[in-house]
Amino acid sequence: MGTISELILGRASGKPAAAGDFVIAKVDFAMSHDGTSVLAVKAFKEMRSEKVWDPSRIIIPFDHLAPANNENTALLQREIRQWAAEQGISHLYDVGEGVCHQLLSEKGFAMPGKVIVGADSHSCTYGAFGAFATGVGATDMAEIFTSGRLWFRVPETIRVTVDGDLPIGTASKDVILRVAKELRSDGATYKAIEFYGTTIGQMPVAGRMTLCNMVIEMGGKAGIVPPDRTTLEYLEGRAVEAFEPVYAGRDAVYCDELHLDVSGLQPQVACPPDVDNVVGVEEVEGTPVDQVLIGSCTNGRYEDLAAAAGILKGRTVKCRTLIVPASRNIMIRAIETGIATDLLKAGATICNPGCGPCLGGHLGVMAEGEACMATTNRNFKGRMGKGADVYLGSPLTAAATAINGRIADPRRYL
Amino acid sequence: MNFKGRVWVYGDNVDTDVIIPGKYLRSADFRVFAEHAMEGIDPQFRPEKGDIIVAGKNFGCGSSREQAPLAIKYAGIDCIIAKSFSRIFFRNAINVGLPIIEANVHDILHRGDVVEADLEGGFVVAHGEKYPGTKLPGFLKEILDAGGLVAYRRDGK
Repeated sequence: MGTISELILGRASGKPAAAGDFVIAKVDFAMSHDGTSVLAVKAFKEMRSEKVWDPSRIIIPFDHLAPANNENTALLQREIRQWAAEQGISHLYDVGEGVCHQLLSEKGFAMPGKVIVGADSHSCTYGAFGAFATGVGATDMAEIFTSGRLWFRVPETIRVTVDGDLPIGTASKDVILRVAKELRSDGATYKAIEFYGTTIGQMPVAGRMTLCNMVIEMGGKAGIVPPDRTTLEYLEGRAVEAFEPVYAGRDAVYCDELHLDVSGLQPQVACPPDVDNVVGVEEVEGTPVDQVLIGSCTNGRYEDLAAAAGILKGRTVKCRTLIVPASRNIMIRAIETGIATDLLKAGATICNPGCGPCLGGHLGVMAEGEACMATTNRNFKGRMGKGADVYLGSPLTAAATAINGRIADPRRYL
Repeated sequence: MNFKGRVWVYGDNVDTDVIIPGKYLRSADFRVFAEHAMEGIDPQFRPEKGDIIVAGKNFGCGSSREQAPLAIKYAGIDCIIAKSFSRIFFRNAINVGLPIIEANVHDILHRGDVVEADLEGGFVVAHGEKYPGTKLPGFLKEILDAGGLVAYRRDGK
């Protein structure tokens, strides 16, 4: 027995694994996007590898700079498309399909008990479905493309228990920002986190994805929610293959435990330039912002857009407000249910599904001295533009901020 | 593997966005990354070949971009000494053949001081004093010795 990470990595490496062991594990699914595929394919070719280990287990979404922002990006993207075609990789999701982490979940690749590795740090998102999922760099991805395997140090695990009903005006984003405040930005380095408690049990898949997505912001290797009925219902008719859920043993050893009662939680804001620089919204209320961004792999799901629309409907934004749905399906649903109209009438701009300006590449890069309230995952110095500040909050906090042009408490509008 | 060089000193949580801002990532030319290395935190960063970066905890936190260790390596840095590294940066550095060692010396060094790092011995020497560092497991050392994972693979290992 052991933690979920120990058991999944043990199964994938063919022998029992304990925290601290080095194992070579079989990878079930590998993902690299337009940003990381360039170097991954280069390394793959330099390794003199010819054919990928299994083209049906490789997923390549175009999301980071899609559609291409200039000729050089366009050329590099064409090379990725050509290489994928040569290799027979059919799971290529081109411009407009959405953010990689949303797509792997929606398309049923993120499943309990699987080992999923992505050439993107937020690949830990798939832990929301009970997978062991982690991010690596391009050369590691080339190794997986070649052999379907990768070395791992089996991580110790922190057990995080979150209990209590989330108060009105708060969301899973506030929970994970609160956890980041406790664990600090390096508090889970080399480690995994398992999430338990009544709050998590009641949380829909969308919220669990937000939680697991941000585990990397504490340095975490994986963030895992044990699969339950919510997970299985989501995967019904969606999972691309059979799967076997993995649960921690009763004797599992945890290196640390954190217990939070969120029944009194207020909306949280991470102030620049660190994700663990977290305060209650009241402390920064009134701070002027130039832009609001609602989207990304962290908070660009239908539930997030609907939450924002709940506040924005019938009101008018006072600053540039960008909405970036995390996938085509989410965008279609937002149009069909009418919330897209509510957002547009409020003065927001809806961009194409993808990463948007989260990493400062395009579609809303900011000027020196400007500030943004974003539902994304990083507020590092210069991330969305040199000299610009990024505040992180929930879609509710972002929407309340949009109609004020200043950071605002969403509870005033609910 | 021994290194001796002048140091560039930074604090905690040096993230990948300041090591190489996102706007420079769309290239396959390593010189582009090297030109903009550390731009987000230190516009004066102009190392000479053989220089060493010394930093606090959680060096390289953030994105999985391998351009971060590549930028530092091709800027001329021979080795990074940090109190700790983020997990993905740690893997990426080994994979691109950039030597790293964990040791806690950033508080006692200033830009331009000279430091020595001994990766086999697992220690660092600063101002004549020896400070303990971590040793890499054997197979990671082999990847580093080969010059990175691509070379290691190509050599048929």
